Amino acid sequence: MLIGAIIAGIVFGLYYTLVGLGLNLVFGVMRIVNLAHGDFLMLGGIAAWWLFTTLGLHPLASAGLVIVAFVLVGLPLYYLVVPRLLRSRDSEMLSLILFFGLSQMIEAVTTIGLGSTERSLPPRLLGVGPIILFGTRLPKAWIFSAAASAIAVLLVYLYLYRTRLGTLTRAVMVSRDEALATGIDVNFVSAVAFGISIALAGVAGVFAPFILGSITPNMGVAINITAFAVIVVGTLGNPLGTLLGGIIYGVSLMLMQTYLSSWANLLPNLLLIAVLLVRPEGILGRRVRRA
Amino acid sequence: MRDTRIRRIVLDTGIAAAVVVAMGVARGVYSNELMLFNFIIFLTLAQGLNIIYGFTGYLPFGYVGFYGAGAYGFALVVMHLHAPAMIGMVAAGVAALVLAVILLPLLRLSGAYFAIASMAAAQAVYEIVANPDLEDITKGPYGVSLADVFAPAFSYYTALAILAATLLLVVWLRNSRFGMSLQAIRDDSISAAMAGVSVVRGRTIAWLLSALIAGLVGGVFAWHISVFYPDTAFDLSVSIFATVFLLFGGATTLCGPLLGVFILYGIYNVIGIAVPQYFQFTYGALIVLLVLFLPNGLVSLLTSRGIRVP
Repeated sequence: MLIGAIIAGIVFGLYYTLVGLGLNLVFGVMRIVNLAHGDFLMLGGIAAWWLFTTLGLHPLASAGLVIVAFVLVGLPLYYLVVPRLLRSRDSEMLSLILFFGLSQMIEAVTTIGLGSTERSLPPRLLGVGPIILFGTRLPKAWIFSAAASAIAVLLVYLYLYRTRLGTLTRAVMVSRDEALATGIDVNFVSAVAFGISIALAGVAGVFAPFILGSITPNMGVAINITAFAVIVVGTLGNPLGTLLGGIIYGVSLMLMQTYLSSWANLLPNLLLIAVLLVRPEGILGRRVRRA
Repeated sequence: MRDTRIRRIVLDTGIAAAVVVAMGVARGVYSNELMLFNFIIFLTLAQGLNIIYGFTGYLPFGYVGFYGAGAYGFALVVMHLHAPAMIGMVAAGVAALVLAVILLPLLRLSGAYFAIASMAAAQAVYEIVANPDLEDITKGPYGVSLADVFAPAFSYYTALAILAATLLLVVWLRNSRFGMSLQAIRDDSISAAMAGVSVVRGRTIAWLLSALIAGLVGGVFAWHISVFYPDTAFDLSVSIFATVFLLFGGATTLCGPLLGVFILYGIYNVIGIAVPQYFQFTYGALIVLLVLFLPNGLVSLLTSRGIRVP
């Protein structure tokens, strides 16, 4: 049972890495918290559900469409709000409030358009029957989602460390002002990072019905707390840290569900508070924050 | 100089008194008591949040945690000890204060970290209270019923008294040395410390006062409503409403949060209850526009022109 919980935890952890990754990228580059991240995830899930029920599109195809569509939404959204936000006195704090407002708008529009019912996709879409991994039976849909998450994380890593734009992105992460002074088009670099972040949330949403069970318009807040816990446990502004945070989160969630199931919902909250208090810079982090 | 200070205090107190009297009279004139009661709740919560955010710069997204703790403090004492309502109110205050003391280490965090951590803390308390394993104690997710102490008029005026006390507290903070020192800490804690202001003491007092107010409001809510669920007592939108009202009007002032509640909660009561989603959308849009174009609230239209707003 212990081994089973740990293996399932790693599988879930890969998925949670994907959930947190976009939020972390935006925080790292712009020092703002996108509290609407969970709502973009929800929209990704709704898109996958809609594409499947109307056009019969396979979730993998939907994932491709969602990536393109969400980048196209993310770029103008960046230029619309973020530069103005970053000029304000306390952009980190105000970003919480601004994106909370955006999250409310998204939730409201989705509820008006589609009602508040739960939506899900049949797990057989991602393969029938379990896969046996080290003696643990896991649904194929889980493995599939985890693998897709791992690929997305890998692509973000390659983008950041193997492309020119990625190098510029990392320069902006280190110091926005110095990057600006060196002549980097900080706004463009940030806009691309923002677009990627929204797209990552969307992809995570496409796989959400398989891992989380269903999609509801008001799921955003809970997702946000989870995503924030994952990236704080890892390290803010470090994509590899997100992987570590995601796996720690996934494994502890599965252990809680196995041994203390009725208290499992407490976990993200307690983990988040504990890490913030004990090691606010995250497990891999150097000190980056004034307390 | 002394005269202006006294004039300011008289003006502030006058505004506070006018609001309290108006809410008291309204109960005799207007029949929808629950709506008026909710107005008092939000007037008080917005000012309680003003004490911690307006004066120290800490914005607890999980402010509702204290409200819920107060509601359950009241409910537990009344349910299990069959205590009278006033003892329940004391328990509500104590419950919120205990939670605030437990959460004191959160004040070491800043900005967004503090906001999110306090939200996680409120969620954690909710998960504990609503846990089906604790049904014998808290009734778990099934909610509590406090019909024994139900007293709509008495609880209404108790809520009004809490509002009055909170408004006076804000008036005092705006015009006292202590309130000034808090604002100095908010603007630049290092300089304030060098000038001899005790930073930790100031923040702690503001935090406890703010939590106490939310706890008492939660207690009186439990008393007035008498049947409620953990989902209502720990509803995150309570924090959010209070935050938006405060920011819309303008923090650190007395009038800002009052205006925020009267205008926005007024609109909510006109259009929000029938079609909550349209309101939610308008609300979200309002928040976005506010942050982008008027980050210091309505009162900043005047204060930025050098006019003092009470």
